Amino acid sequence: MPGTPETSLIHARGLTKRFGSFTAVDAVEFDVAPGEAFGFLGPNGAGKTSTMRMIGCVSPATDGLLRILNLDPATHGPQIRARLGVVPQQDTLDNELTVRENLVIYGRYFGLSRAECARRADELLEFAQLTERRNSPVEPLSGGMKRRLTIARALINEPTLMLLDEPTTGLDPQARHLLWERLYRLKQRGTTLVLTTHYMDEAEQLCDRLVVMDKATIVAEGSPRQLIDRYATRDVTELRFPVGVQETLDGQLDGLAERIEWLPDRVLLYTDDGEAVAVAAHERGLQPEAVLVRRSTLEDVFLRLTGRTLVE
Amino acid sequence: MAVLARVVEHRALQYRRTFRASIFSSFLSPLLFLTAMGVGLGLYVDRSSNEALGGLSYLEFLAPGLLAASVMQAASFESTFPIMGGLVWSRIYHAMYASPIDARDIALGNLAWIALRLTMIAIVFTLVITALGAASSPLIVLAIPAAVLTGMAFAGPIAAFSATQRTPEKFAAIFRFGITPLFLFSGTFFPVENLPDAIEPLAWLSPLYHGVALTRGLALGTAVDQPIVMLIHVLVLSVITMAGAIAAVVMIRRRLVRG
Repeated sequence: MPGTPETSLIHARGLTKRFGSFTAVDAVEFDVAPGEAFGFLGPNGAGKTSTMRMIGCVSPATDGLLRILNLDPATHGPQIRARLGVVPQQDTLDNELTVRENLVIYGRYFGLSRAECARRADELLEFAQLTERRNSPVEPLSGGMKRRLTIARALINEPTLMLLDEPTTGLDPQARHLLWERLYRLKQRGTTLVLTTHYMDEAEQLCDRLVVMDKATIVAEGSPRQLIDRYATRDVTELRFPVGVQETLDGQLDGLAERIEWLPDRVLLYTDDGEAVAVAAHERGLQPEAVLVRRSTLEDVFLRLTGRTLVE
Repeated sequence: MAVLARVVEHRALQYRRTFRASIFSSFLSPLLFLTAMGVGLGLYVDRSSNEALGGLSYLEFLAPGLLAASVMQAASFESTFPIMGGLVWSRIYHAMYASPIDARDIALGNLAWIALRLTMIAIVFTLVITALGAASSPLIVLAIPAAVLTGMAFAGPIAAFSATQRTPEKFAAIFRFGITPLFLFSGTFFPVENLPDAIEPLAWLSPLYHGVALTRGLALGTAVDQPIVMLIHVLVLSVITMAGAIAAVVMIRRRLVRG
């Protein structure tokens, strides 16, 4: 989506971050519109966090153009940060303070009066469902509670733009769904969300638009639906054969689907009609142990674009 | 300035939790040291002859030196673990840095907080000295800022170092090979003139030597007799403090930017 520094909340052109000879972010371009939920998807080491840190005005860009709220991070860092809400990957709560004190003192960083900090803190405790734990120390809270507190803390300045770096990594399903629901509410209120994740379901749940990053560059951009349409078929038929059989199949699946992917334990057939392919496979006399017909997901797109090789 | 005050406010909020224990130990430590060394050991020192101390009782000699040395120790502690901890363990300085607070405010705000803490410690220490009858000049009031300045000459450089560390391993070395020898050989317990002639000039390199000489001069009132020398001590300590503060800003910023 083309944009200008004036119309976009974030405007990046040729944005680059190098650490010595290592290029973490290589000339990426993107625009984030006001009110949008925008995601950076990618495997570990793809450059998501480095990009987020540049947007957060805590790490200067090595090269390229970056405008946030139509301001230059190099010269207006504190002014931009005053309007951001940042949820870092690692919790940065103060364990020596209580839940409520963490919120109040954070509001003070933004120059809010004590009375205003107290008012907002109580409101946010409600929002984060932490009112009952308001006077508890931070340390014994569960991972989900700490994340909610971190999100509440990031909201104390009523930010225009929220930056969330892997907001639900390490949480159990209940905690994740609660968090998504809270983030969705923020989005409805008009807060712009920018998040990184490597969970496809999270991206599908929250993002209006996303970019897939791999090896420091953006390899695809679009809404979750557009990306699936563009990089995957409507359905995927998964065939699992008894041990040793898959290796003897050479050629027998040819022409069954648009694209066939051989995994060590199963075969994936990408097609627009998964049921028909399953039937066709049977008609060819194949006898898979298990057949699964499903809709394509963002995960299929992700794996196609960034490969199945483990990144470490 | 206003921004820096928010960092101090945060540290003060944290401190509230340990306030009572901390005040108690800042009374206890000088009381123990001064009674054991000043009164107890002083009994033997004073019995032999007090010419080397210029006619002073050992307690009078020791107390202001120990004031400066204790503040130095407190400064060193306050600028190691809390600085590295906030950058590496709790990462609260990263949280501050995500707000409009700048790296410079984080560094200087912490140093300002340390100066406040040292002032509290120095006041309590001075009260104990006075209570033990070892204060011979009203100028001892000025020994409080002198001791704080001494501490700050250590706080800045050590905070800068702490910002480069990811584990506390090297802190033990700072205390063992830096702070403790300085504590013992900077004129706190005996005049540096008593050191072997070859080593004596080295004492001048110790910031604590300047701090002890200054604090002692003020506590005993002898400072008025040698204002130039006292001024030099203040100057040396001020220069180190300022250089240390700049180094702390640079190192803490570097660390925050790196993530």
